[in-house]
Amino acid sequence: MNNTIFHHKQTAHCESGVISNLLGHHGLKISEPMAFGIGAGLFFAHLPFIKVNGVPGTTYRIWPGAISQRVCKRLGVKMEAAKFSTPAKGMAALDDVIEAGIPVGLLSSVYYLPYFPASYRFHFNAHNLVVYGKKEGQYLVSDPVMDTVTEIDPDSLVQARFAKGFPAPKGKMYYPVHVPANASFRQPIKEGIQQTCHYMLKVPLPMFGVSGIRFLANRVKSYPEKVGDRKATLYLGNVIRMQEEIGTGGAGFRFLYAAFLQEAAEMLQKDELGKLAGELTKTGDLWRNFAFAAGRVCKSRAADTVSYKDLSEMLLQCAASEDAFFRKLAQVKW
Amino acid sequence: MKKEEVPQDGDNLHEGTFKQIMYAVDNSGNYVQVQSAGWEPENIALGQAWDEVNERVKTARARVEAGEISPVAYYMEKNLMDLALLASYVGKFQWQVKRHMKPAVFKRLSERMLQRYADAFKVTITDLKLIK
Repeated sequence: MNNTIFHHKQTAHCESGVISNLLGHHGLKISEPMAFGIGAGLFFAHLPFIKVNGVPGTTYRIWPGAISQRVCKRLGVKMEAAKFSTPAKGMAALDDVIEAGIPVGLLSSVYYLPYFPASYRFHFNAHNLVVYGKKEGQYLVSDPVMDTVTEIDPDSLVQARFAKGFPAPKGKMYYPVHVPANASFRQPIKEGIQQTCHYMLKVPLPMFGVSGIRFLANRVKSYPEKVGDRKATLYLGNVIRMQEEIGTGGAGFRFLYAAFLQEAAEMLQKDELGKLAGELTKTGDLWRNFAFAAGRVCKSRAADTVSYKDLSEMLLQCAASEDAFFRKLAQVKW
Repeated sequence: MKKEEVPQDGDNLHEGTFKQIMYAVDNSGNYVQVQSAGWEPENIALGQAWDEVNERVKTARARVEAGEISPVAYYMEKNLMDLALLASYVGKFQWQVKRHMKPAVFKRLSERMLQRYADAFKVTITDLKLIK
């Protein structure tokens, strides 16, 4: 069996990590923060009517798939992507491509990945990983959130790739077929930043962007009265998990984006972006303080309305801080 | 977040398998990757989510033993599924799966249907009937 040498690099977030590692393999060096920024990965949404296990959904980044799609479009990368009707077809196609020595990005469910610790295995169907070869019947895996490369048995991989639920990965696999030798990052960075600002400031719905943070703040305030103590802590716990937990979404996205701005500032000789990176770091710290306080409230389980009011205040601060930040970022002259 | 502030609150949730990456600022103000062993709020939230799961599994088990529901309901909780997810795994409508959660209906299920549930839960038919 052909075993490609794949340079595994651990990253904070699966999608930006896989795209960074895959493009790097084809000679286009792009860091994780750069991929995240060009892909306009930063976002916020709180969707009380979309419930996962009875708990309202919150997200701190753009929907799955958007980052790699945008990065490819902006950098002129051609990606071959396919979904499959049956596991047999999906596995045969995967074998063909790795046989040809091409590392493949796969969409999969965390629940069926045996190398993940049990405590992280929920039915989260939008996890990205790379398979780069096969050895003694085991698939060689570069999962960007793990320290090192790992392996997976075919049965588990089939289950992970063809998990049911929303969104069903349907065995989705993708790999670059054309990667430009020299890509200029200037225009992609600009477009990525403008798109992020648009999504954070201009979506005319209350659940999205900066207004989404305010929307969540208002909901949090009344959790104890509206849903009761038990559910209030569950709801709050989910907000923290989406912010922080690897594998299901969170990965300190504010810091990741600040790292992108810093790298962009250096690359384009634009000090302004570097200063804005510093501001975003402060917003990230506000989010951290919020998570810390919210964690304490969850732990005490005593849903006194005061603490929920305080948490709501902290969220409003995050909103104000992001509002000011994105307004400045939107005004950067290019 | 400064590099020194990157939390290292290991709660063994990672079971020693990996440390996650965080982006933090070093002394000269540059962003660097730092490994983290975990963070208290995340550990609390994750622990709480598992408490909830375990609580539901326990309740379901007690109800199966009391003859109120069939093992299908118990295994659904145990596998962290909801009705919609389980229905799509066994290729049935949600109302049909709900019906299969009645002990009397469950007893009359065909071997083929039982096998589908067993596959979805990754257990044998014997285990499915006995709730292991």
